[in-house]
Amino acid sequence: MDTILEMRGITKSFPGVKALDDVNLRVRRGEIHALVGENGAGKSTLMKVLSGVYPHGSYEGEILFNGAEQRFNGIADSEREGVIIIHQELALVPLLSIAENIFLGNEIAPKGVVNWPETFARTEALLKKVGLREKPTTLVDALGVGKQQLVEIAKALSKEVKLLILDEPTASLQENDSQALLDLLMEFREQGITSILISHKLNEISRVADSITVLRDGATVSTLDCHAETISEDRIILDMVGRDMAHRYPERVPQIGETLFELENWNVYHQDHAERHLIRDVNLRVARGEVVGIAGLMGSGRTELAMSVFGRSYGQNISGTARLNGTEVDLSTIDRAVDAGLAYVTEDRKSLGLVLEESIARNITLANLPGVSARGVIDDTAERRVAEDYRQKINIRTPNIFQQVVNLSGGNQQKVVLAKWLFAEPDVLILDEPTRGIDVGAKYEIYSIINQLAAEGKGVIMISSEMPELLGMCDRIYVMNEGAFAGELAASEASQEKIMSMIVSA
Amino acid sequence: MSEQNETSMGGFLKSHLREYGMLVALVVIMVFFQFMTEGTLMRPVNLTNLFLQNSYIIIMALGMLLVIVAGHIDLSVGSVVGFIGAMAAVMMVNYDLPVWLTIPICLVTGAIIGAAQGYWIAYWKIPSFIVTLAGMLVFKGLTLWLLAGQSVGPFPKSFQLLSTGFVPDIFGSGKPNLTALLLGIVLALAIVALGLRERARQQKFGTVDEPGPVFWIKNGLVAAAIIYVSYLLSTYRGLPNVLITMAVLTMVYTFITNRTTVGRRIYALGGNEKAAKLSGINTERLTFLTFANMGMLAALAGLIFAARLNTATPKAGLAFELDVIAAVFIGGASMSGGVGKIIGAVVGAFIMGVMNNGMSILGVGIDWQQVIKGLVLLAAVIFDVYNKNKSS
Ligand SMILES: Nc1ncnc2c1ncn2[C@@H]1O[C@H](COP(=O)(O)OP(=O)(O)OP(=O)(O)O)[C@@H](O)[C@H]1O
Ligand SMILES: [Mg+2]
Repeated sequence: MDTILEMRGITKSFPGVKALDDVNLRVRRGEIHALVGENGAGKSTLMKVLSGVYPHGSYEGEILFNGAEQRFNGIADSEREGVIIIHQELALVPLLSIAENIFLGNEIAPKGVVNWPETFARTEALLKKVGLREKPTTLVDALGVGKQQLVEIAKALSKEVKLLILDEPTASLQENDSQALLDLLMEFREQGITSILISHKLNEISRVADSITVLRDGATVSTLDCHAETISEDRIILDMVGRDMAHRYPERVPQIGETLFELENWNVYHQDHAERHLIRDVNLRVARGEVVGIAGLMGSGRTELAMSVFGRSYGQNISGTARLNGTEVDLSTIDRAVDAGLAYVTEDRKSLGLVLEESIARNITLANLPGVSARGVIDDTAERRVAEDYRQKINIRTPNIFQQVVNLSGGNQQKVVLAKWLFAEPDVLILDEPTRGIDVGAKYEIYSIINQLAAEGKGVIMISSEMPELLGMCDRIYVMNEGAFAGELAASEASQEKIMSMIVSA
Repeated sequence: MSEQNETSMGGFLKSHLREYGMLVALVVIMVFFQFMTEGTLMRPVNLTNLFLQNSYIIIMALGMLLVIVAGHIDLSVGSVVGFIGAMAAVMMVNYDLPVWLTIPICLVTGAIIGAAQGYWIAYWKIPSFIVTLAGMLVFKGLTLWLLAGQSVGPFPKSFQLLSTGFVPDIFGSGKPNLTALLLGIVLALAIVALGLRERARQQKFGTVDEPGPVFWIKNGLVAAAIIYVSYLLSTYRGLPNVLITMAVLTMVYTFITNRTTVGRRIYALGGNEKAAKLSGINTERLTFLTFANMGMLAALAGLIFAARLNTATPKAGLAFELDVIAAVFIGGASMSGGVGKIIGAVVGAFIMGVMNNGMSILGVGIDWQQVIKGLVLLAAVIFDVYNKNKSS
């Protein structure tokens, strides 16, 4: 096999940060090449260099694609050569249709007038290729994340793709959606399309990758050939974090106390469609020192349940009783919920969790400003101490705590959201996909924090689409399906199969 | 990822181009007009006038900055200035109410006007552009009605002092005015001292990024400018009352935006409303209060403006909102909210003020004045956008 892409000596700096330092990457034609590394290792940055998001001249080093040196000055340049990137954050226009999104900026419009019949026909062909059964006229807004991901890929295919770059495509996908996507990648490989895949899910990598490049601290650590030898996940982890990780989940001896928080007959109706009964008669209980999981498919209502509990931030006509330490509590507004000791760590960090243009320090203290102020006046020193403390505790990778959050890597942004709520010192912590986009090492750190909170007698409710994570962390797991709890499993009896069968048979 | 802690002077200046650029622009504009007007600009009489003419714009810019940082806009302030001036005139001239009663009633009315608009914006989520556009029409109309189309005045002497009064010289005989000079020196020293304290604190955390020379040059220039201005004022009639009001308000609002939880929350609200709300911040109440505050400051500006003219006219406050909003944007605030500084808005207002004043002295017609002001606003914002694109 010959080389389709070679990146040589790539160095890229931002003010105060050297994100890439003499990185080399070599991709063979027709393979699936995985790019792995810790949060902030520089994976996304390297791909932005490759695709011209950072134009030629803003970095050092050279890019050879199809044997010729390339100097991309923008996405348009790289797309012309057949390099298509699908970013970590999806970039679809929600209120346009699938067809409009696929051909956005690339319309089939001779003389400026859109040829709709052909647009629809081509869209249908593309959707078929990616295995998405939707009408071309469906609004993207109405699709789940998994399907939106497929639309992105269909969009890439519409452009004569030679090298497809996927930045954490499965981070917010359900197990079976991820499988479908990976199958699709393998199909593309048959057709001769080369892909670069960034992911923190090492089992996926082991499954599909032909070679793996590991980045650490902005430098290439190793390139592994999966056909020359069998590469174990532990081997990848070793290169990624630079040390052995004997366990994925920290040890914990559960010390479960009396009931801390309860929901009884919790019912919620849809935010915009009052007739849609979204959450049905949910009864939930979490004790002091307990970690309780909520398993379920995407769209089963887990996030809606959590948000409706947290100050009615979702839904309408909410009914049911919430009890804290046995007495009924008023959770009708978010500040009341926070005062009562609840915290909700959102799954959507960009739009619901962070003020992107502000600093790490300011984001961390936002939910608990009184904690760093006296009589309404903020004590800068205290604020810095708090932020510095969390930066070290959960290892947020940044030159300093005054860095704007928008400049952090995805995983490190997630840690900032978590730090914000840890600093609010809640009694009951609701975590919605807390490790989405987080590397193995950092996951371990977050798990340790969860365990520590439990050890302090707090109650943790954890929503996750990664079943191994729920099985590894929780004392009890609720299985949710179509807005209702289909059942409950103790840690000792839970397994992936049991959870799945509960979902299916409900 | 490796850390680079050295901040080169060039690199630092480049990344803070906007902040220093504005100060430099103000200085350049002043030197330009000083030269073109053959020294008239900085004559003590003219300088005093400059402050009197711009005080109400600056006072409103303080409130408008908060409104814009919160992600909104207030188009009604000009009409509120006119309305409150008219109301004060009617109360004092037609009904002979005392000054000490008129002033607080007017301020409270202003706050209520702001609150009334803020209510629809905050709790009903009606765009501020529309609500305050309506307010602009309503209060313009009410002003006409109150004054019945006539000018009402003159006002009692004590009311006029609000604008045309000067701080009495307690330390000297008035020529030169020692109080003015002393206050200027104290203020200059205080600014340097505060800067040093903040720097020491940053040093403790190893986060000083302003290179030493830049710090000293900047503070040295600012201090020298303040002392020089206070010296000039002292050779005329001393410190105008409004200058004190303006300076105190500027400090108060700087403090609010930099140091208090309320200020912090307004920035968070403008930066990402949903995230702020989910962090337990009562975003509705905050928006509401921001508008009530704006209304109160507009009322204060209305009183000062009326006092200066010594009469309330139906035309008072006309198009003031444009100058105020322009000042805030020249000062570096962002239309999408979450970004902006009090000191920026004040410098922005001075840039507009000096240009108004300088062009008037030069005899530039009102037509060309507007054209030039418009272009300066556009240039400032283009400069912003250009910088932002270059740095990312
Ligand atoms: N625009 C920027 N300004 C400043 N620093 C940046 C910017 N973009 C990225 N960085 C920094 O560069 C480093 C690499 O970031 P990058 O996004 O490439 O990481 P990543 O490997 O994709 O991580 P993740 O797995 O969390 O997505 C990080 O330390 C990040 O803070
Ligand atoms: Mg990334």
